[in-house]
Amino acid sequence: MPSTSLARALLGIGACVALSFPAMADDLPESIRIGYAVSDTGPYAGGAGTTITPNYKLWVEEVNKAGGIRVGERQLPIEVVAYDDRSSSEEAVRAVERLINQDEVHFVLPPWGTALNLAVAPVLHRAGYPHLAVTAVSDRQQDLMDRWPRLFFFLSTSSHYAEGIVTMLEELRESGEIEGRVAMVNVADQFGIELANAARALLQQAEFDVVYSQSYPPGSQDMQGIINSARQQDPEAFLAFSYPPETIAITDQAKTLGFNPPLFYTAVGTAFPLYKNRFGDNVEGVLGIGGVDSDSEVMVDYIERHTEMTGQAPDLWASAPTYASLQVLQQAIERAGSIDHEQVVAEMENGTFDTVLGEITLDGRAYWEGWQVGQWQDGVFRAIGPSDREGAAEIVLPKPDWR
Amino acid sequence: MMALSRTTLFGGVLLLAGVIGFALLPGFVGGYGLSMAINFLMFAILATAWAMFSGPSGYVSLATVAFFGIGAYTVAVLGERLPWGAVLLLAAAIAFLVALLVGLSTLRLRGVYFVIFSFGLAELIRQVVNWYESTQAGSVGRYVFLDITQEQIVWQLTAVLALLFIVGWLIERSRVGFALRMIGDDETVALHCGVNITLIKVLVFSLSAAFMALVGAIVAPRWTYLDPSIAFNPNISFQVLIMALLGGARRLYGPLLGVIPMVLLFEYLSTHFPHLFSVLLGVTFLAIVYLVPHGVAGLIEGYVQRYRKRFPGKRAESDIPKEGAL
Repeated sequence: MPSTSLARALLGIGACVALSFPAMADDLPESIRIGYAVSDTGPYAGGAGTTITPNYKLWVEEVNKAGGIRVGERQLPIEVVAYDDRSSSEEAVRAVERLINQDEVHFVLPPWGTALNLAVAPVLHRAGYPHLAVTAVSDRQQDLMDRWPRLFFFLSTSSHYAEGIVTMLEELRESGEIEGRVAMVNVADQFGIELANAARALLQQAEFDVVYSQSYPPGSQDMQGIINSARQQDPEAFLAFSYPPETIAITDQAKTLGFNPPLFYTAVGTAFPLYKNRFGDNVEGVLGIGGVDSDSEVMVDYIERHTEMTGQAPDLWASAPTYASLQVLQQAIERAGSIDHEQVVAEMENGTFDTVLGEITLDGRAYWEGWQVGQWQDGVFRAIGPSDREGAAEIVLPKPDWR
Repeated sequence: MMALSRTTLFGGVLLLAGVIGFALLPGFVGGYGLSMAINFLMFAILATAWAMFSGPSGYVSLATVAFFGIGAYTVAVLGERLPWGAVLLLAAAIAFLVALLVGLSTLRLRGVYFVIFSFGLAELIRQVVNWYESTQAGSVGRYVFLDITQEQIVWQLTAVLALLFIVGWLIERSRVGFALRMIGDDETVALHCGVNITLIKVLVFSLSAAFMALVGAIVAPRWTYLDPSIAFNPNISFQVLIMALLGGARRLYGPLLGVIPMVLLFEYLSTHFPHLFSVLLGVTFLAIVYLVPHGVAGLIEGYVQRYRKRFPGKRAESDIPKEGAL
């Protein structure tokens, strides 16, 4: 008798297990929980608040207004869990662990910046989550992707942007518009140094005359010294591989000092709406990283929606890729018909996606088709480099006078 | 002596229980629990090490993150080249030496001058690292690719915390501890009693620095990417200070009493009020300074003393030997 009841019990348990498994596979949740921890406070808050957070909000609102993400036969709305990582690596790591283990979110959206993306990458990797590291830029991109097989990049590498501007200078020299005197300054921080090192090597290789080269510590506000030193060398191109605070300071002080070389380039932050608001018509002709194809209807439409919904214009470098990465996620989930991470990642790797950047693929888990150089023309930060790509505008040379 | 060894025994049992608890923890909690444990252990070591020097001596240091960062950078630079044990030892040794050098030249400063100096020290080291990385190493960020699991981090931090308690206990009951308390009460008197005040201060300061560096070294692999502003984030110094003050810096176990509620509070605030975190934190700090000026340990002792006054009979057996430990 005891053995019979034991056998029955086992049979019962077996039946339950057998029944529950297929049920689990089909059984979708009521909503897709998406979590993110971005820097609302601390030194990264400016970047995150311009590029990341408005796009997350815009996307969630638009998707939910449309009924949600289609998974198989059903439309699932998005539910958001959001934290502040306070610009700290340790907080970011713990917040992502909290999102995965406590809040049990189905997908995690990335934080802002290279440092925090790299901090959370091992956590996402261990838990098997896809990681769309939109605002991470590293020259060791390949190395990192080999390490974490579900990591995706969208903004290429630092060297890639340096190549963009140097190639542009070469073209201008060939067409005889400049002779080749270049002054460059850079912020002594990761991205600034990588950009400057790559640019310096490429300029030397192309035999440009680098008349001035100087780095300055992050957070410097007094730029008069380096601007004056650069001006004494009478450069045709002034390249500042700067971060947003110094991009503003350099532009402001160049204007005050009346330093107006034919080519004036500042790096990160040039494409921010803040830059345009601050300098108004004086932005005309300034070069920088990023840019948009203003003839693209989806892009114009995106800028309008972004401005309307969030009350501010997008950053014209990384905002659109951020929004596009969310569209990629959504389309990958819809095509996979599942929220299973492996299936979604497989779709991301192999699919072609219809985004605000146009049709894109993530071949080799990275998007390489972003614009390298942009220029403010008629109040729009238009893409001008690479110049041979469709949608590139003609460069305006020389830069108009400061007003 | 009976009662002293009884408190010691009690402390020893608690320590052992704590070590066993944390050693077994990874079997019971998930990634998030471990993450909380790491956070707790990290601040427990930093605050206890801070109080080991600053508590008895009264020298308020804001240089915690300087040594923490030195530990983290040691791992970033040497982590992939040397065996892990050697890296940890080296991290502690470098911090010890830096603290020794710095201490010899600056622990003659007193009061607010020392506070400002110690804050400046952390900034100075950060700028030096920044300068070196940007001009000599050619890149400011460093990657730390070490396959160290969360469990291993918890175990290592537990071991360091246990070691710190043993060292702290030994110092407290030794002549060094006595001399340090004397310095804290009146430096001039201590000097006249023949205490070599500089040696004592520098020694304990360096020892506490070595422990702080160990924490930085052990935690660094968790972040994958390090740059000077991550490794030398001044917030760490302030958080450690407030935790130690909340707990009470004059007792070895004091900081722990501050770390537990603060870590839980930080977590509660960042989970439930992520966007008001800084504001609420500031309010909490103000509340602590006004309401618990002597820390939780001071609060407890106050209650104990009042209890004893009311029941003087109990006094004889437990209090007299305790004087020796004060």
